[in-house]
This record gives sequence, C-alpha cells and structure tokens, in this order.
Amino acid sequence: MTEGTSQTAAAAAPLGIAKAATHSASTQCFKGNAKAALGDRDLQNALKFVEVNFIARRQEVADRLPEFEALRDAARDIKDHTLAYLDLYLEAYERRMTEQGGNVHYAVTAEDARNIILDICRKLGARAVTKGKSMVAEEIGLNDFLDANGIAAVETDLGEYIIQLRHEMPSHIIAPAVHLTKAQIEGDFRRAHSDLPRERNLEEPTSLLAEARSVLREKFLAADVGITGANFLVAETGSSVIVTNEGNGDLTATLPRAHIVLASIEKVVPTLEDLAQLLRVLARSATGQEMSVYTTLTTGPRRAGDLDGPAEYHVVLLDNGRSAMLGGEFRDMLRCIRCGACMNHCPVYHAVGGHAYGWVYPGPMGAVLTPALIGIDQARDLPNASTFCGRCEEVCPVRIPLPKMMRSWREREFERHLSPAAARWGLAFWAFFAKRARLYRLATAVAARLMALAARGRGRFRHLPLASGWTRHRDFAAPQGATFQSQWQARRGAARGNADPPGEQGARP
Amino acid sequence: MGETMAERKTRHVGLFVTCLVDLFRPSVGFAAVKLLEDAGCTVEVPRQSCCGQPAFNSGDRATSREIAAQVIDAFAPFDFVVAPSGSCAGMLKIHYPELFRGDPNWQPRADRFAAKTHELLSFLFHVCGVRAVAARLAATATYHDSCSGLRELGLRSEPRALLGTVAGLKLAEMHDANVCCGFGGTFCVKYPDISNAIVAKKAANIAATGASLLLAGDLGCLMNMAGKLQRDGSAIAARHVAEVLAGMTDEPAIGAPHAPSGPAP
Amino acid sequence: MTARDLVLATVRRSLGVAGTEAPRRAAVAARLADHPTGVVPARGRLAPAARIDLFARMVEGAAGTVECIAEPSAIPQAVAAFLRRHNLALAVRHGDDPRLAALPWERGPLEVRRGASDGNDLAAVSHAFAAVAETGTVVLVSGADNPTTLNFLPDVHIVVVDAADVAGDFESVMARLRERFGPGALPRTVNMITGPSRSADIEQTLILGAHGPRKLHVILAGSH
Repeated sequence: MTEGTSQTAAAAAPLGIAKAATHSASTQCFKGNAKAALGDRDLQNALKFVEVNFIARRQEVADRLPEFEALRDAARDIKDHTLAYLDLYLEAYERRMTEQGGNVHYAVTAEDARNIILDICRKLGARAVTKGKSMVAEEIGLNDFLDANGIAAVETDLGEYIIQLRHEMPSHIIAPAVHLTKAQIEGDFRRAHSDLPRERNLEEPTSLLAEARSVLREKFLAADVGITGANFLVAETGSSVIVTNEGNGDLTATLPRAHIVLASIEKVVPTLEDLAQLLRVLARSATGQEMSVYTTLTTGPRRAGDLDGPAEYHVVLLDNGRSAMLGGEFRDMLRCIRCGACMNHCPVYHAVGGHAYGWVYPGPMGAVLTPALIGIDQARDLPNASTFCGRCEEVCPVRIPLPKMMRSWREREFERHLSPAAARWGLAFWAFFAKRARLYRLATAVAARLMALAARGRGRFRHLPLASGWTRHRDFAAPQGATFQSQWQARRGAARGNADPPGEQGARP
Repeated sequence: MGETMAERKTRHVGLFVTCLVDLFRPSVGFAAVKLLEDAGCTVEVPRQSCCGQPAFNSGDRATSREIAAQVIDAFAPFDFVVAPSGSCAGMLKIHYPELFRGDPNWQPRADRFAAKTHELLSFLFHVCGVRAVAARLAATATYHDSCSGLRELGLRSEPRALLGTVAGLKLAEMHDANVCCGFGGTFCVKYPDISNAIVAKKAANIAATGASLLLAGDLGCLMNMAGKLQRDGSAIAARHVAEVLAGMTDEPAIGAPHAPSGPAP
Repeated sequence: MTARDLVLATVRRSLGVAGTEAPRRAAVAARLADHPTGVVPARGRLAPAARIDLFARMVEGAAGTVECIAEPSAIPQAVAAFLRRHNLALAVRHGDDPRLAALPWERGPLEVRRGASDGNDLAAVSHAFAAVAETGTVVLVSGADNPTTLNFLPDVHIVVVDAADVAGDFESVMARLRERFGPGALPRTVNMITGPSRSADIEQTLILGAHGPRKLHVILAGSH
C-alpha cells in the first residue's frame, strides 16, 4: 500500500474532521466466516441462483458472438498497452477533462480521497448526497466517513441501498445483495421505511422495487451532490463512463449541483474505439447482456445552453496501492474491469459467498487484489482458499492469470513465514523425502504397508488422525499394500529400468 | 529424435507413475503400463518421488525447482514421459518451464522435457494413434473432468472417445462434469469444510446419473469423490479410467474392501 | 510534492521510466490521434434495410418496443396512440430539438411541454443522435435539444430515431460524435440506452422500471 503524505490533500483537509469507523476488513476471519456461510441456509439458497444464472447467461451471450474470443484478446491488449503508458494517459486524460471544464483531484491514499470528497461537499454546503454504486467508494469507506461528518450519503443502486440499510458490505461486485432473500429485504424495508402504511403488501419483488423507486426518487431530487464511480475513464475525450441497468447512476450524475466521480487510476483507456472493445466484453461477462441498459459518457459540467446537468464536475483519481502494483508480478491484476465473471464461476465462491472474503472484493479477483491493497499478512487465507481449478482465468474477459497470481501470493507468504507453523512443518517433512528419491521409495514402501495393515482389509479409513479434516466428511481410501515402485522393482528386477538412469547428471540449479 | 522413434513405431516411454498412484493405487500404474505396451511402447520406471506440486502450490519455489531438476534428470534417457494424471502432467508440462524461466542452463532442458511429456490418454490418442481398446465392462459409468487435465491440457474428448470403445460400457454424462470436485491438493486439508461443500455437490451430480461407476483421470480427484460417496453410503464404485481401458478391473474399486465376493464393479 | 506528482512519480518508478522519453510520448500521441479500430463484430455490417431489421429485433430483445413511421408528420399521432394503448395520460415533454419542434404536435390530442424534466412528467420524447444495430442501442446527447433528464425521470421514454442514423456498430457512432463535436470533445452527457430500466437485485428476479423509465419506445422515422 502506498505510504506517504500528500501536501495538497493535507492542506485541503479542514480541521475538525471526524474519523469514521470504516468497514473494518474481516479478512483475518476467513475460516470462521466460511464456516458460518456454509451453515447459512438462506445464503446457500441464494448462491444456487448465482451458480445457475450467471454462468448460463454468459455462455449463451458469448455463443451468440463469433468474435468474442478475439475481443477478449483485444481487451487484454488495450489494458496492457494503457498500463505500460499509464503516466502519459493519466496526463492526457487530465488535460482533456480540464479543458472541458472538469476538476481533477489526485488522491494517494484512501484517507486523501475521503478528505477531498468531504472538502468538495463542505464547500458546496452539501447536506444530502446520492451515490451510484462504486466499489472504490466501499474500498475507502466513504459513506461512514461522510456520515460521521454530518453528511447523509444514500446509496441509490437497489442492491447497494438494501445493504446500506443492513450496514453490510456488498457480497458481489455486480450484484451486491445477491446473498439476501426477498423476505430479508422486506424486513429491511419495513424497518427503514417506517412512515409508510404497515398493511402494505411487500410480498413480491415488484412491490419492493416500486417502493425503492419512490423512496429514492425523492432522494435523487433533493441531493446537493451526486457521487458515482467510473467503469472507465477515456483519455481521448476526458470522459468518465458508467455502465449500469437501473438509471440510478445517471440520476445521481445529472440532478445535483455537483457530480463527483471517484475512480482508481487504472480505469483509464486511451480512445473511444478502445472503450467500444471493452464494453463489448464487459456486460457479456458480467450479466450475460449484450449491453447494459445505460452506458453513459460524462464529460465536464453542464455547458452553456444546457437545460439540466451539474454546474460542477470533479474526478478524484485514487491510487491506494495501484501504482506500486505496476512494477511487480501483480501488474496484470490492474487489467481487471470488474465484471464479476470470475466469482460467478468459482466453486469456492459458490460454497461460501462474498462476505466470507471479509472485504470489498470477493472471489478470485478479491483473492489477488485484497492482499495487494491491504497486505498479504492481513489477508493470507484469500489466495490460499483456492483449488486452482482455473475456471476464473478461463472466463476472465481480459485474461488475467488469476491462479498464477494467487500462487505468487503464496510464494510471498512462504518467503515471509506467514503460513501456520503446522503447514510449514508438514511441507518440510514431505519435502525432505520428496527431494531424496531413494529414501522416499523406502519410506513410502513402509508407509504403504503400515496403512494397508491398519485398514484391515476394509479398504478405507473412517478416521485418520493426521487427516481429520478429510475424514470428518469423507472416507479415506487405504493403500493397496505395496507401492508401485517396490512392485516394479520386484517384478522387473534390477536388470530392467530401476537402476539409476545413466547419462546426464546435470548441475542442480 | 522423437520423429525417428515414431517412424520405428517403438516409443521409449518413461512412466511418471505419480506419488498418489505409487502409494495408494499401483494398479493404475500397471494399467498404464499395459496400455502403453499394447500401443507398442517400451516402458521403464526410473526412480522417482513426486512432481513437486505440493511445494509449488504452497509457494516453496526452491523445493519445487530442486524436485523438478531431479525429475528432469531422471527422465532424460526417455523419448517420452507419460503420467496417468492431468494434474501431474500439467505440473511437468506447463509449470516446470515456468519454474526455470530465465535460467540459461535449465530453461532449455525444462522446455525439452515439457515438449516430450504427456498425460496418459492424450499420449495414447494423439501420439500413439490409439482409437479403440479391446476391454469390455458391462456397466454404466460417468466421467469427471479433472481441472488440470481439462483446462491446462485440453483433455476432454479423448477419454470419452476411448471409453466409447469399451464393449458393454455405457457413459452417462453428469451435470457439471467439468466443475471442480473440491480436491485441489492441499486445499482439501487446509479448507476441509469448503472442500466438503464442493464435493457434496459433485457426489449429488454423480448419483443423479444413475451410474454404478465413477471414472476420472486423476487419482486425487477420485479418492476425494470416492471418499464422499462412501461416507454417504453410496454403492457407486470409483476407478481410474486407465484401469477400465486396460481391462484391469479385478482389483477392488477405490476405497473398497480387499476381499470381494465376485468381480468388482 | 503534490499528490499528483507523487502518484505520477510512483507510476513512473514502477514502470522504470522518466516520463520524458520521446518514443513513449509519440506512441501515446499516435494512439490518441489515430484512434485505431479494434475488433468490430460482423453482425452489424449489413445493408441499411437489414441493419434496421437487426436494430428493431435487438431493441425488442432488450424489452423495448419499436414501430416504423414512414412519414415524420405521423409521429405525434403514433406517440398518442402509444400512450393510449398503455392507458397513460396524453401528455409529453420534449426539448428544443428542431426535428421534434417541426412535427405537427398541435394537430393531435397531446399536451406538449418543452424543456428539461422537473420529475413530474410521465412521458418524454427525445430525438436520438444515432442508434447502434448490433445491440439495439439508441444514442442521445445532452443539451437544450434533448435534455438528459427526459431520458431518466419520466415513466415512459419515447425515442425518435431517423432510419438513416441507424449505424451497424459503435465505432460508426463514435466517428459521428467526432464529426459533430470535434476531435476529443464531447457534450456533458452521451447516453447509450438499450431498453428500459431494470434490476435483478431481488433474488435475481428481473424487473423492469427500477429508477429510470419503465418503458422505452423507439419510433423509427423514415422507414417502412
């Protein structure tokens, strides 16, 4: 994570800023979180829908587009190109958007970004703020911070609104309330909208949506400031882009006096044509739509002659550790366009859902990004809780090698001795033998016989002391008795094939 | 060198038996030998331990490289290296070159080694040109696509094609055959509850096919799925696909008792 | 050091560059000036009539409705008919777009108001800048002609698209935006709209009419 202060940000931060209790990450509690998730029946039912719906829809829409694979390659290449020249594209973007009347603010840390946004709101005398869905805003804990400083920020994306009522984090980057049942949402609405008639019917999703529409419509119209994220920033035109389905992002951006965009620096793409490439893979990978309902390019404040639109347009460019990622083995993670396809296809995510990951970014992309942003020592379970099945990489629209990067985190963890002692010892014990083939052969020959004997012809173990994790839920097959290599040696004899291989005795690396 | 061998139709194969087969189920190794010899190969088994994947996936690159170097050395005399496991073959073929990237001495050796390494069924089908086997087995089976074999090595149609030639064998495809079984090597012991949730889904999908026999190309996956099926009280038997293709199904199925009353399922 | 300096310096340090290198600057300048086209799906590359067919089908596939009106002067009646069909009040708001202003609204039963939406309009009519056949998308630009609030606040949004403005793909529309607004320049808002507003946030049940319009009706003008 980028350390260091920024004079401009510090100077801009007025006195008397209340520190917010931001959503503290519970990434350290992955195992406990996962266990709770596995026992949560409502969550398990909700996750079944994730598994079935998202996967099928993506496949259908991909099958309908012959150029889909070529577009994935193009999307990857555009991101790689942009990252290689990120400094220059950021400068170009900044130049363009300033020419169009926008204001750029760079933020090194999450704290800087929060302070910049608070400062803008205070200067405007803002009391009411509407928000479009933004993972970066979750990352910096914006809502709680604004709230602690007397500014009410209302989430307007339906899923985000619901979890805001529950004071929860999103459990999925596209469908934040995917873990909830209709009954839970009804309970939340009744609690929160206490001024509405109690006998009203909220059984159907349509009535819940209708209620949210009318409650939030008032908020849209009353907001002083609207804050959105950005899926992309286009350098050529100085535009920010949001990709949504509800229309809340656009109402947030259009109605208030000021529009603030919060975007991390890797969102930049060079041109409108590049944007088109990425748009073609984004919605398809995320929800199985060919295009989201609303894809909006926003450039500067309202122009002279416009009848609507904000008078002020601010873009906060957040670093928060990304610039450091550029130089290392996690650079490819900066290609991510936040589609959610990886978690939609992940067997671990299907089992435990998003909250188990403990922070803003769940699933495979979260397993790689979270340690980069908050440190591997805070999030060591995330890249470890993977079978490396590879489905995430298979569907990633920008072809991020996610399993490889999870493995890189495991390497960092190993180098820094962060893994539990028992695991290190177990590995060291195994490695001692694995590196010494002759000894290994002897040891395994003994182990095979002993285990086979212990199984007493039943062929399996119901309990196995050193493998209780396995035998808690599964039987463990016993060895057949004599290892393959010992049988091979016996059958074929020393004359054929079990002598030391002749020839190259290459130098060990 | 490889082409000359192919022309002479005698392929000298070093069998990478895999640590799980070696320790738990040698019959898979012998089935592999039979299939290879039937296809005109000579088979030898140099002294070996493991491909190093446990160290690799635990982040211990140094140990992985040390083991990899030993494997590359041990298999140097052979034209082909064949493993009855998609996950081990993937380690040897895809990850060994990664381990030595940039090493002027070992990278070329690792690349050459990777080029001559194959998963068993892929080798039989694509290199030896095997299109049918002489085995027979009256049973309905379902096939699980192990993740590494499928996604690292592209193995999908070959097992099904060859199983289709086993007389009397019916194949019933399970729902989500290509979805992970939850084994994941060290994953199943580090996160046993999550692994269990995943394998429970897999077991349900297997049972829903009505098959009496579960097949796959990776013993780790098979032990995981068989263990769950057995704990559930299922009668479904699990075997490695090589055993069925080689017609060697007299041994008890995975995890089954050692004194069968008749021919094993 | 400002935050800007710090961020750019860290980016440059990570990339191992100074930022002043001429070849890099040239590469970026070239891409921005040339804006090379990437992979364009063959789907939209059709003759005009087939393109319009595809556009209509895609709009319907996204839960929008389409009708073709050969004579623009018939549009006000078509709008009225649409509102009647859906039991809606015969009132619309539209902006200063000359193409809409030129229509014979006075001949019909519709109450017409001009300008941006104040949140009380049930129906609005906009004229699209262009449309994209490959996905059934209408493209609208902000300004007094077609205020952005008309696209989002009313319950019903009716969009008039000239048949000649239906492009096959996004790249074609982007080229037109450049022509109209100048290279590197865009109005405050460009909305690319595909169907009516929706949400699937409640148990993944798809419902139309989240915060934006519940209905999107496209009138293809000048086609048959």
